[in-house]
Amino acid sequence: MYSEKVMDHFNNPRNVGEIENPSGVGTVGNAKCGDIMRMYFDIDGQGVIRDVKFKTFGCGAAVATSSMATELVKGKTVKEALEVTNKAVMEALDGLPPVKVHCSLLAEEAIHAALWDYAQKNHIVIEGLEEPVHDIAEKVEYEEY
Amino acid sequence: MKKLIYLDNAATTQVSEEVLNEMLPFFRQSYSNPSAVYSFAGEGKKAAGNARQQAAGLIGANAEEIYFTGGGSESDNWALKATAEAYSSKGKHIITSKIEHHAILHTCEYLEKQGYEVTYLDVDGEGKISLEELKAAIRPDTILISVMAANNEIGTIEPVAEIGKIAHENGVLFHTDAVQAYGHIPINVDDMGIDMLSASGHKFNGPKGTGILYIRKGVKIRSFIHGGAQERGRRAGTSNVPGIVGFGKAAEIAGETMEERTRKEITLRDHLIERVLSEIPYVRLNGHKTDRLPNNVNFCFRFIEGESLLILLDQLGVCASSGSACTSGSLDPSHVLLAIGLPHEIAHGSLRITLSEETTLEDIDFVADELKKIAVRLRGMSPLYEDFLKNQK
Repeated sequence: MYSEKVMDHFNNPRNVGEIENPSGVGTVGNAKCGDIMRMYFDIDGQGVIRDVKFKTFGCGAAVATSSMATELVKGKTVKEALEVTNKAVMEALDGLPPVKVHCSLLAEEAIHAALWDYAQKNHIVIEGLEEPVHDIAEKVEYEEY
Repeated sequence: MKKLIYLDNAATTQVSEEVLNEMLPFFRQSYSNPSAVYSFAGEGKKAAGNARQQAAGLIGANAEEIYFTGGGSESDNWALKATAEAYSSKGKHIITSKIEHHAILHTCEYLEKQGYEVTYLDVDGEGKISLEELKAAIRPDTILISVMAANNEIGTIEPVAEIGKIAHENGVLFHTDAVQAYGHIPINVDDMGIDMLSASGHKFNGPKGTGILYIRKGVKIRSFIHGGAQERGRRAGTSNVPGIVGFGKAAEIAGETMEERTRKEITLRDHLIERVLSEIPYVRLNGHKTDRLPNNVNFCFRFIEGESLLILLDQLGVCASSGSACTSGSLDPSHVLLAIGLPHEIAHGSLRITLSEETTLEDIDFVADELKKIAVRLRGMSPLYEDFLKNQK
Protein backbone atom coordinates (compact mmCIF):
# COMPACT_ATOMS: atom_id res chain seq x y z
CA MET A 1 0.00 0.00 0.00
CA TYR A 2 2.91 2.36 0.69
CA SER A 3 5.94 3.19 -1.48
CA GLU A 4 9.40 2.00 -0.44
CA LYS A 5 10.32 5.55 0.53
CA VAL A 6 7.29 5.86 2.80
CA MET A 7 8.20 2.57 4.47
CA ASP A 8 11.81 3.68 4.84
CA HIS A 9 10.79 6.91 6.56
CA PHE A 10 8.27 5.06 8.72
CA ASN A 11 10.82 2.46 9.79
CA ASN A 12 13.72 4.87 10.18
CA PRO A 13 12.15 8.23 10.84
CA ARG A 14 14.60 11.13 10.60
CA ASN A 15 14.76 13.84 13.26
CA VAL A 16 12.45 12.31 15.84
CA GLY A 17 12.51 14.08 19.17
CA GLU A 18 12.21 17.44 20.88
CA ILE A 19 14.26 20.64 20.97
CA GLU A 20 14.56 22.43 24.28
CA ASN A 21 13.75 26.10 24.06
CA PRO A 22 12.94 25.94 20.35
CA SER A 23 12.77 29.04 18.16
CA GLY A 24 9.36 27.81 17.08
CA VAL A 25 7.09 24.88 17.80
CA GLY A 26 3.82 23.98 16.12
CA THR A 27 1.28 21.24 16.73
CA VAL A 28 -1.41 20.45 14.18
CA GLY A 29 -4.14 17.87 13.64
CA ASN A 30 -6.29 16.46 16.34
CA ALA A 31 -6.50 13.23 18.24
CA LYS A 32 -10.11 12.86 17.20
CA CYS A 33 -9.23 12.09 13.61
CA GLY A 34 -6.17 10.16 14.65
CA ASP A 35 -3.27 12.36 13.57
CA ILE A 36 -1.20 14.83 15.56
CA MET A 37 2.08 16.30 14.36
CA ARG A 38 4.42 18.48 16.34
CA MET A 39 7.44 20.20 14.83
CA TYR A 40 10.26 21.96 16.63
CA PHE A 41 12.55 24.45 14.82
CA ASP A 42 15.89 25.86 15.91
CA ILE A 43 16.37 28.96 13.77
CA ASP A 44 19.55 31.09 13.87
CA GLY A 45 19.97 34.88 13.59
CA GLN A 46 20.12 34.67 9.80
CA GLY A 47 16.76 32.97 9.63
CA VAL A 48 18.23 29.58 8.75
CA ILE A 49 16.65 26.45 10.21
CA ARG A 50 19.63 24.86 11.95
CA ASP A 51 17.80 21.96 13.51
CA VAL A 52 14.38 20.42 13.34
CA LYS A 53 12.69 17.67 15.32
CA PHE A 54 9.26 16.14 15.23
CA LYS A 55 6.86 13.92 17.11
CA THR A 56 3.83 12.34 15.48
CA PHE A 57 0.85 10.33 16.65
CA GLY A 58 -0.64 8.78 13.56
CA CYS A 59 -0.55 6.20 10.83
CA GLY A 60 2.40 5.13 8.70
CA ALA A 61 1.85 7.95 6.23
CA ALA A 62 1.65 10.55 9.00
CA VAL A 63 4.99 9.43 10.43
CA ALA A 64 6.65 9.26 7.01
CA THR A 65 5.39 12.68 5.88
CA SER A 66 6.58 14.28 9.13
CA SER A 67 9.97 12.69 8.73
CA MET A 68 10.31 13.77 5.09
CA ALA A 69 9.09 17.27 5.87
CA THR A 70 11.81 17.71 8.50
CA GLU A 71 14.42 16.59 5.95
CA LEU A 72 13.12 19.04 3.38
CA VAL A 73 13.26 22.08 5.69
CA LYS A 74 16.49 21.35 7.53
CA GLY A 75 19.19 23.86 6.58
CA LYS A 76 16.74 25.98 4.63
CA THR A 77 15.88 29.59 5.29
CA VAL A 78 12.50 30.45 6.73
CA LYS A 79 11.42 31.73 3.32
CA GLU A 80 12.51 28.50 1.60
CA ALA A 81 10.82 26.38 4.22
CA LEU A 82 7.58 28.15 3.49
CA GLU A 83 7.79 26.82 -0.05
CA VAL A 84 7.84 23.19 1.09
CA THR A 85 4.31 22.23 0.17
CA ASN A 86 2.38 19.04 0.80
CA LYS A 87 2.91 18.23 -2.87
CA ALA A 88 6.66 18.47 -2.45
CA VAL A 89 6.52 16.17 0.56
CA MET A 90 4.37 13.66 -1.34
CA GLU A 91 6.64 13.73 -4.38
CA ALA A 92 9.70 13.22 -2.25
CA LEU A 93 8.01 10.11 -0.82
CA ASP A 94 7.13 8.77 -4.29
CA GLY A 95 3.45 9.39 -3.65
CA LEU A 96 0.82 8.43 -1.09
CA PRO A 97 -2.43 6.45 -1.36
CA PRO A 98 -5.36 8.84 -2.00
CA VAL A 99 -6.85 8.36 1.48
CA LYS A 100 -3.52 9.45 2.99
CA VAL A 101 -3.12 12.74 1.16
CA HIS A 102 -4.42 14.60 4.21
CA CYS A 103 -1.32 13.41 6.10
CA SER A 104 0.89 15.41 3.75
CA LEU A 105 -1.33 18.45 4.26
CA LEU A 106 -0.76 17.99 7.95
CA ALA A 107 3.02 18.03 7.40
CA GLU A 108 2.77 21.31 5.51
CA GLU A 109 0.58 22.71 8.26
CA ALA A 110 3.07 21.62 10.91
CA ILE A 111 5.88 23.54 9.18
CA HIS A 112 3.65 26.60 8.98
CA ALA A 113 2.58 26.29 12.58
CA ALA A 114 6.18 26.12 13.81
CA LEU A 115 7.13 29.12 11.64
CA TRP A 116 4.09 31.03 12.87
CA ASP A 117 5.17 30.42 16.45
CA TYR A 118 8.68 31.63 15.58
CA ALA A 119 7.27 34.78 14.00
CA GLN A 120 5.03 35.45 17.00
CA LYS A 121 7.88 35.02 19.47
CA ASN A 122 10.11 37.37 17.51
CA HIS A 123 7.40 39.85 16.60
CA ILE A 124 8.13 39.56 12.92
CA VAL A 125 5.94 39.09 9.91
CA ILE A 126 6.87 36.31 7.48
CA GLU A 127 5.56 37.25 4.10
CA GLY A 128 3.08 34.72 2.75
CA LEU A 129 2.57 32.96 6.09
CA GLU A 130 -0.95 32.85 7.42
CA GLU A 131 -2.07 31.67 10.79
CA PRO A 132 -2.23 27.91 10.41
CA VAL A 133 -5.39 25.87 10.67
CA HIS A 134 -4.80 23.62 13.64
CA ASP A 135 -7.76 21.41 13.03
CA ILE A 136 -6.90 19.78 9.76
CA ALA A 137 -9.88 17.43 9.98
CA GLU A 138 -12.35 20.23 9.40
CA LYS A 139 -10.43 21.47 6.42
CA VAL A 140 -10.35 18.04 4.79
CA GLU A 141 -14.05 17.59 5.33
CA TYR A 142 -14.87 20.84 3.59
CA GLU A 143 -12.67 19.93 0.69
CA GLU A 144 -14.54 16.70 0.18
CA TYR A 145 -17.93 18.35 -0.12
CA MET B 1 11.80 -16.62 5.59
CA LYS B 2 9.99 -15.33 8.63
CA LYS B 3 7.09 -17.34 9.93
CA LEU B 4 3.60 -16.04 9.23
CA ILE B 5 1.63 -15.62 12.45
CA TYR B 6 -1.96 -15.19 11.34
CA LEU B 7 -3.98 -13.60 14.13
CA ASP B 8 -6.87 -12.14 12.17
CA ASN B 9 -9.24 -15.08 12.32
CA ALA B 10 -12.25 -12.86 12.95
CA ALA B 11 -11.65 -11.41 9.48
CA THR B 12 -11.40 -14.79 7.84
CA THR B 13 -9.99 -18.25 8.44
CA GLN B 14 -8.07 -20.78 6.42
CA VAL B 15 -10.18 -23.48 4.78
CA SER B 16 -9.21 -26.67 6.56
CA GLU B 17 -7.78 -29.55 4.58
CA GLU B 18 -10.66 -31.81 5.54
CA VAL B 19 -13.16 -29.24 4.31
CA LEU B 20 -11.31 -28.72 1.06
CA ASN B 21 -11.12 -32.46 0.38
CA GLU B 22 -14.83 -32.74 0.95
CA MET B 23 -15.48 -29.94 -1.56
CA LEU B 24 -13.11 -30.94 -4.37
CA PRO B 25 -15.18 -33.77 -5.98
CA PHE B 26 -17.99 -31.30 -6.62
CA PHE B 27 -15.94 -29.15 -8.98
CA ARG B 28 -14.90 -31.75 -11.59
CA GLN B 29 -16.48 -35.08 -10.81
CA SER B 30 -19.98 -34.54 -9.44
CA TYR B 31 -20.38 -31.10 -10.98
CA SER B 32 -24.02 -31.49 -11.98
CA ASN B 33 -26.75 -29.03 -11.18
CA PRO B 34 -28.43 -30.68 -8.21
CA SER B 35 -31.86 -29.56 -9.43
CA ALA B 36 -31.58 -31.81 -12.48
CA VAL B 37 -33.62 -35.01 -12.88
CA TYR B 38 -30.95 -37.41 -14.17
CA SER B 39 -29.18 -39.68 -11.76
CA PHE B 40 -25.85 -37.90 -12.35
CA ALA B 41 -27.30 -35.06 -10.23
CA GLY B 42 -27.83 -37.43 -7.33
CA GLU B 43 -24.42 -37.05 -5.70
CA GLY B 44 -24.63 -33.28 -5.47
CA LYS B 45 -28.20 -33.36 -4.24
CA LYS B 46 -27.31 -35.89 -1.58
CA ALA B 47 -24.23 -34.00 -0.46
CA ALA B 48 -26.10 -30.70 -0.24
CA GLY B 49 -28.83 -32.38 1.80
CA ASN B 50 -26.23 -33.79 4.13
CA ALA B 51 -24.61 -30.35 4.48
CA ARG B 52 -27.97 -28.87 5.42
CA GLN B 53 -28.21 -31.43 8.22
CA GLN B 54 -24.70 -30.61 9.39
CA ALA B 55 -25.39 -26.86 9.35
CA ALA B 56 -28.64 -27.36 11.26
CA GLY B 57 -27.12 -29.78 13.74
CA LEU B 58 -24.68 -27.22 15.09
CA ILE B 59 -27.51 -24.98 16.34
CA GLY B 60 -30.20 -27.53 17.15
CA ALA B 61 -32.30 -26.63 14.13
CA ASN B 62 -34.11 -28.75 11.56
CA ALA B 63 -32.52 -29.11 8.14
CA GLU B 64 -35.62 -27.62 6.47
CA GLU B 65 -35.05 -24.42 8.42
CA ILE B 66 -31.58 -23.83 6.92
CA TYR B 67 -31.30 -21.68 3.77
CA PHE B 68 -27.93 -21.46 2.09
CA THR B 69 -26.87 -17.98 0.99
CA GLY B 70 -23.83 -16.26 -0.43
CA GLY B 71 -22.52 -15.20 2.99
CA GLY B 72 -23.20 -13.46 6.27
CA SER B 73 -23.97 -10.07 4.78
CA GLU B 74 -26.55 -11.53 2.44
CA SER B 75 -28.18 -13.41 5.31
CA ASP B 76 -28.35 -10.23 7.39
CA ASN B 77 -29.81 -8.26 4.51
CA TRP B 78 -32.36 -10.94 3.82
CA ALA B 79 -33.43 -11.34 7.44
CA LEU B 80 -34.00 -7.63 7.92
CA LYS B 81 -35.41 -6.48 4.61
CA ALA B 82 -37.64 -9.46 3.94
CA THR B 83 -39.05 -9.60 7.47
CA ALA B 84 -39.65 -5.87 7.48
CA GLU B 85 -41.59 -6.21 4.27
CA ALA B 86 -43.54 -9.29 5.34
CA TYR B 87 -44.60 -7.80 8.68
CA SER B 88 -45.13 -4.20 7.59
CA SER B 89 -48.88 -4.50 8.13
CA LYS B 90 -48.20 -5.20 11.82
CA GLY B 91 -45.77 -2.34 12.22
CA LYS B 92 -42.62 -0.66 11.02
CA HIS B 93 -40.45 -0.57 14.11
CA ILE B 94 -37.17 -2.51 14.45
CA ILE B 95 -34.83 -2.71 17.43
CA THR B 96 -31.13 -3.35 17.05
CA SER B 97 -27.91 -2.32 18.82
CA LYS B 98 -25.27 0.30 18.15
CA ILE B 99 -22.50 -2.26 17.86
CA GLU B 100 -23.90 -4.42 15.08
CA HIS B 101 -21.88 -5.23 11.97
CA HIS B 102 -22.39 -2.80 9.09
CA ALA B 103 -24.36 -5.51 7.26
CA ILE B 104 -27.05 -4.88 9.89
CA LEU B 105 -26.52 -1.18 10.54
CA HIS B 106 -26.44 -0.10 6.91
CA THR B 107 -29.46 -2.29 6.15
CA CYS B 108 -31.29 -0.57 9.02
CA GLU B 109 -30.35 2.80 7.58
CA TYR B 110 -31.73 1.67 4.24
CA LEU B 111 -34.97 0.58 5.90
CA GLU B 112 -35.24 3.93 7.65
CA LYS B 113 -35.24 5.54 4.22
CA GLN B 114 -38.10 3.20 3.30
CA GLY B 115 -40.19 4.51 6.17
CA TYR B 116 -39.23 2.10 8.96
CA GLU B 117 -38.24 3.31 12.39
CA VAL B 118 -35.19 1.82 14.06
CA THR B 119 -34.16 1.98 17.71
CA TYR B 120 -30.44 1.53 18.24
CA LEU B 121 -29.78 0.20 21.74
CA ASP B 122 -26.81 1.53 23.66
CA VAL B 123 -24.26 -0.83 25.14
CA ASP B 124 -22.38 -0.61 28.41
CA GLY B 125 -18.62 -0.17 28.78
CA GLU B 126 -18.08 -3.84 28.06
CA GLY B 127 -20.31 -3.91 25.01
CA LYS B 128 -23.46 -5.52 26.42
CA ILE B 129 -26.95 -4.29 25.70
CA SER B 130 -29.28 -3.61 28.63
CA LEU B 131 -32.27 -5.95 28.84
CA GLU B 132 -34.22 -3.23 30.63
CA GLU B 133 -33.55 -0.82 27.81
CA LEU B 134 -34.61 -3.49 25.34
CA LYS B 135 -37.91 -4.07 27.17
CA ALA B 136 -38.58 -0.35 27.29
CA ALA B 137 -37.90 0.01 23.57
CA ILE B 138 -40.54 -2.52 22.54
CA ARG B 139 -43.72 -0.93 21.17
CA PRO B 140 -46.96 -2.33 19.76
CA ASP B 141 -45.61 -1.77 16.25
CA THR B 142 -42.24 -3.45 16.89
CA ILE B 143 -41.80 -6.30 14.42
CA LEU B 144 -38.19 -7.38 14.85
CA ILE B 145 -35.32 -7.38 17.31
CA SER B 146 -31.91 -7.98 15.74
CA VAL B 147 -28.98 -8.24 18.16
CA MET B 148 -25.72 -9.97 17.35
CA ALA B 149 -24.72 -13.11 19.24
CA ALA B 150 -21.16 -11.91 19.67
CA ASN B 151 -19.38 -8.79 18.54
CA ASN B 152 -16.82 -9.05 15.77
CA GLU B 153 -14.46 -6.41 17.14
CA ILE B 154 -14.46 -6.68 20.91
CA GLY B 155 -15.74 -10.26 21.19
CA THR B 156 -18.45 -9.55 23.76
CA ILE B 157 -21.15 -12.20 23.88
CA GLU B 158 -24.66 -10.76 24.16
CA PRO B 159 -27.36 -12.28 26.42
CA VAL B 160 -29.00 -14.04 23.48
CA ALA B 161 -31.30 -16.37 25.45
CA GLU B 162 -32.63 -13.48 27.55
CA ILE B 163 -33.22 -11.38 24.44
CA GLY B 164 -35.09 -14.29 22.82
CA LYS B 165 -37.26 -14.63 25.90
CA ILE B 166 -38.14 -10.95 25.97
CA ALA B 167 -38.87 -10.95 22.24
CA HIS B 168 -41.26 -13.87 22.50
CA GLU B 169 -43.01 -12.55 25.62
CA ASN B 170 -43.80 -9.51 23.52
CA GLY B 171 -44.68 -11.33 20.31
CA VAL B 172 -41.70 -9.90 18.45
CA LEU B 173 -39.41 -11.83 16.12
CA PHE B 174 -35.77 -12.23 17.11
CA HIS B 175 -32.92 -12.36 14.61
CA THR B 176 -29.31 -12.76 15.64
CA ASP B 177 -26.23 -12.13 13.55
CA ALA B 178 -24.14 -15.08 14.68
CA VAL B 179 -21.41 -14.69 12.08
CA GLN B 180 -18.71 -14.57 14.77
CA ALA B 181 -20.42 -16.97 17.16
CA TYR B 182 -21.53 -19.88 14.97
CA GLY B 183 -18.99 -22.67 15.38
CA HIS B 184 -17.21 -20.84 18.20
CA ILE B 185 -19.69 -20.92 21.08
CA PRO B 186 -22.66 -23.24 21.75
CA ILE B 187 -25.91 -22.01 20.23
CA ASN B 188 -29.32 -23.66 20.39
CA VAL B 189 -32.08 -21.90 18.52
CA ASP B 190 -34.85 -23.44 20.64
CA ASP B 191 -33.26 -22.85 24.04
CA MET B 192 -32.33 -19.31 23.05
CA GLY B 193 -35.61 -18.38 21.36
CA ILE B 194 -33.93 -17.49 18.09
CA ASP B 195 -36.25 -17.08 15.09
CA MET B 196 -33.60 -16.23 12.53
CA LEU B 197 -29.84 -16.58 12.57
CA SER B 198 -27.12 -15.54 10.14
CA ALA B 199 -23.81 -17.37 9.83
CA SER B 200 -20.90 -17.29 7.43
CA GLY B 201 -18.76 -20.24 6.30
CA HIS B 202 -15.37 -18.60 6.15
CA LYS B 203 -15.37 -17.64 9.82
CA PHE B 204 -14.92 -21.24 10.94
CA ASN B 205 -12.60 -22.79 8.35
CA GLY B 206 -15.23 -23.10 5.64
CA PRO B 207 -15.17 -21.45 2.22
CA LYS B 208 -15.79 -17.77 1.51
CA GLY B 209 -18.98 -16.84 -0.30
CA THR B 210 -21.08 -19.27 1.71
CA GLY B 211 -23.54 -18.54 4.47
CA ILE B 212 -26.80 -19.61 5.97
CA LEU B 213 -29.94 -17.97 7.19
CA TYR B 214 -31.79 -20.10 9.71
CA ILE B 215 -35.49 -19.30 9.54
CA ARG B 216 -37.71 -20.90 12.17
CA LYS B 217 -40.64 -22.78 10.68
CA GLY B 218 -43.66 -20.51 10.62
CA VAL B 219 -41.79 -17.22 10.34
CA LYS B 220 -43.20 -15.17 7.52
CA ILE B 221 -40.43 -13.94 5.29
CA ARG B 222 -40.31 -12.88 1.67
CA SER B 223 -38.00 -14.41 -0.89
CA PHE B 224 -34.81 -12.48 -1.29
CA ILE B 225 -33.51 -13.59 -4.66
CA HIS B 226 -36.32 -14.29 -7.12
CA GLY B 227 -35.92 -16.94 -9.75
CA GLY B 228 -35.79 -20.71 -9.60
CA ALA B 229 -37.06 -23.02 -6.92
CA GLN B 230 -33.76 -23.50 -5.08
CA GLU B 231 -33.79 -23.22 -1.28
CA ARG B 232 -37.52 -23.95 -1.35
CA GLY B 233 -38.15 -21.03 -3.64
CA ARG B 234 -36.85 -18.49 -1.15
CA ARG B 235 -33.35 -17.99 -2.44
CA ALA B 236 -33.09 -18.64 -6.15
CA GLY B 237 -29.91 -19.41 -8.04
CA THR B 238 -28.12 -22.63 -8.91
CA SER B 239 -26.91 -24.20 -5.70
CA ASN B 240 -23.24 -23.64 -4.92
CA VAL B 241 -22.74 -27.33 -4.21
CA PRO B 242 -19.00 -27.27 -3.37
CA GLY B 243 -19.57 -24.24 -1.13
CA ILE B 244 -22.57 -25.78 0.58
CA VAL B 245 -20.68 -29.03 1.11
CA GLY B 246 -17.74 -27.07 2.53
CA PHE B 247 -19.99 -25.11 4.86
CA GLY B 248 -21.59 -28.30 6.11
CA LYS B 249 -18.31 -30.10 6.70
CA ALA B 250 -16.82 -27.09 8.47
CA ALA B 251 -19.93 -26.88 10.68
CA GLU B 252 -19.67 -30.55 11.55
CA ILE B 253 -15.99 -30.26 12.46
CA ALA B 254 -16.59 -27.05 14.41
CA GLY B 255 -19.22 -28.86 16.47
CA GLU B 256 -17.02 -31.85 17.13
CA THR B 257 -13.93 -29.85 18.08
CA MET B 258 -15.59 -26.91 19.84
CA GLU B 259 -15.01 -27.95 23.41
CA GLU B 260 -11.35 -28.82 23.13
CA ARG B 261 -10.50 -26.08 20.64
CA THR B 262 -12.13 -23.27 22.59
CA ARG B 263 -10.61 -24.45 25.86
CA LYS B 264 -7.18 -24.13 24.25
CA GLU B 265 -8.02 -20.76 22.69
CA ILE B 266 -9.32 -19.38 25.98
CA THR B 267 -6.09 -20.37 27.74
CA LEU B 268 -3.97 -18.60 25.12
CA ARG B 269 -6.37 -15.64 24.95
CA ASP B 270 -6.22 -15.07 28.68
CA HIS B 271 -2.46 -15.56 28.73
CA LEU B 272 -2.04 -12.81 26.13
CA ILE B 273 -4.45 -10.49 27.95
CA GLU B 274 -2.69 -11.10 31.25
CA ARG B 275 0.78 -10.53 29.83
CA VAL B 276 -0.05 -7.36 27.90
CA LEU B 277 -2.07 -5.75 30.69
CA SER B 278 0.59 -6.48 33.31
CA GLU B 279 3.68 -5.75 31.22
CA ILE B 280 2.67 -2.73 29.13
CA PRO B 281 1.40 0.41 30.84
CA TYR B 282 -1.62 2.42 29.64
CA VAL B 283 -3.33 -0.46 27.85
CA ARG B 284 -6.97 -1.37 28.30
CA LEU B 285 -8.84 -4.52 27.34
CA ASN B 286 -11.93 -3.82 25.27
CA GLY B 287 -14.97 -6.03 25.70
CA HIS B 288 -16.14 -8.30 28.48
CA LYS B 289 -13.46 -10.21 30.35
CA THR B 290 -15.26 -13.57 30.49
CA ASP B 291 -18.38 -13.29 28.30
CA ARG B 292 -16.18 -13.06 25.28
CA LEU B 293 -15.44 -15.11 22.18
CA PRO B 294 -12.77 -17.72 22.95
CA ASN B 295 -10.44 -16.41 20.26
CA ASN B 296 -10.87 -12.64 20.62
CA VAL B 297 -8.45 -10.17 22.17
CA ASN B 298 -8.90 -6.43 21.74
CA PHE B 299 -6.73 -3.77 23.36
CA CYS B 300 -6.37 -0.04 23.21
CA PHE B 301 -2.84 1.27 23.53
CA ARG B 302 -2.98 4.85 24.70
CA PHE B 303 -0.86 7.45 22.83
CA ILE B 304 -0.44 5.05 19.90
CA GLU B 305 -2.23 4.95 16.57
CA GLY B 306 -3.45 1.55 15.37
CA GLU B 307 -2.19 1.54 11.81
CA SER B 308 1.41 2.21 12.86
CA LEU B 309 1.08 -0.70 15.24
CA LEU B 310 -0.23 -2.96 12.47
CA ILE B 311 2.58 -2.06 10.07
CA LEU B 312 5.23 -2.86 12.67
CA LEU B 313 3.54 -6.16 13.48
CA ASP B 314 3.25 -6.94 9.77
CA GLN B 315 7.00 -6.52 9.39
CA LEU B 316 7.39 -9.26 11.98
CA GLY B 317 5.04 -11.53 10.06
CA VAL B 318 2.09 -10.93 12.38
CA CYS B 319 -1.36 -10.30 10.87
CA ALA B 320 -3.80 -8.44 13.10
CA SER B 321 -6.35 -5.64 12.71
CA SER B 322 -7.35 -2.32 14.23
CA GLY B 323 -10.41 -0.14 14.54
CA SER B 324 -8.44 3.04 13.92
CA ALA B 325 -9.72 5.54 11.38
CA CYS B 326 -6.59 5.16 9.27
CA THR B 327 -7.31 1.52 8.62
CA SER B 328 -10.88 2.23 7.55
CA GLY B 329 -10.12 5.10 5.21
CA SER B 330 -12.46 7.42 7.07
CA LEU B 331 -11.76 9.94 9.80
CA ASP B 332 -13.76 8.09 12.43
CA PRO B 333 -12.56 5.14 14.43
CA SER B 334 -14.69 2.04 14.92
CA HIS B 335 -18.34 2.64 15.85
CA VAL B 336 -18.10 -0.24 18.32
CA LEU B 337 -15.27 1.36 20.30
CA LEU B 338 -17.10 4.68 20.34
CA ALA B 339 -20.30 2.92 21.49
CA ILE B 340 -18.52 1.44 24.53
CA GLY B 341 -17.65 4.99 25.49
CA LEU B 342 -14.05 5.34 24.38
CA PRO B 343 -12.88 8.80 23.34
CA HIS B 344 -11.67 9.06 19.75
CA GLU B 345 -7.98 9.35 20.59
CA ILE B 346 -8.05 6.11 22.57
CA ALA B 347 -10.18 4.28 20.01
CA HIS B 348 -7.55 5.07 17.37
CA GLY B 349 -5.07 2.95 19.29
CA SER B 350 -7.00 -0.30 19.10
CA LEU B 351 -5.57 -3.67 18.18
CA ARG B 352 -7.62 -6.80 17.55
CA ILE B 353 -5.92 -10.16 17.74
CA THR B 354 -8.05 -13.20 16.92
CA LEU B 355 -6.63 -16.66 17.45
CA SER B 356 -7.26 -19.99 15.77
CA GLU B 357 -6.78 -23.61 16.62
CA GLU B 358 -3.32 -23.34 15.05
CA THR B 359 -2.14 -20.55 17.34
CA THR B 360 0.60 -21.61 19.73
CA LEU B 361 1.86 -20.36 23.07
CA GLU B 362 5.10 -19.51 21.31
CA ASP B 363 3.21 -17.24 18.86
CA ILE B 364 1.42 -15.50 21.69
CA ASP B 365 4.57 -14.93 23.71
CA PHE B 366 6.33 -13.61 20.62
CA VAL B 367 3.51 -11.12 20.02
CA ALA B 368 3.48 -10.01 23.67
CA ASP B 369 7.27 -9.50 23.64
CA GLU B 370 7.15 -7.52 20.41
CA LEU B 371 4.18 -5.41 21.51
CA LYS B 372 6.23 -4.27 24.48
CA LYS B 373 8.98 -3.01 22.18
CA ILE B 374 6.53 -1.49 19.69
CA ALA B 375 4.71 0.40 22.45
CA VAL B 376 7.98 1.95 23.66
CA ARG B 377 9.01 2.85 20.13
CA LEU B 378 5.73 4.46 19.05
CA ARG B 379 5.19 6.26 22.35
CA GLY B 380 8.70 7.64 22.04
CA MET B 381 7.58 9.55 18.99
CA SER B 382 4.06 10.41 20.16
CA PRO B 383 3.31 14.05 21.02
CA LEU B 384 0.35 12.79 23.09
CA TYR B 385 2.70 10.76 25.27
CA GLU B 386 5.09 13.71 25.54
CA ASP B 387 2.25 15.92 26.79
CA PHE B 388 1.03 13.22 29.14
CA LEU B 389 4.48 12.87 30.74
CA LYS B 390 4.88 16.65 31.06
CA ASN B 391 1.47 16.99 32.70
CA GLN B 392 2.37 14.32 35.21
CA LYS B 393 5.39 16.22 36.46
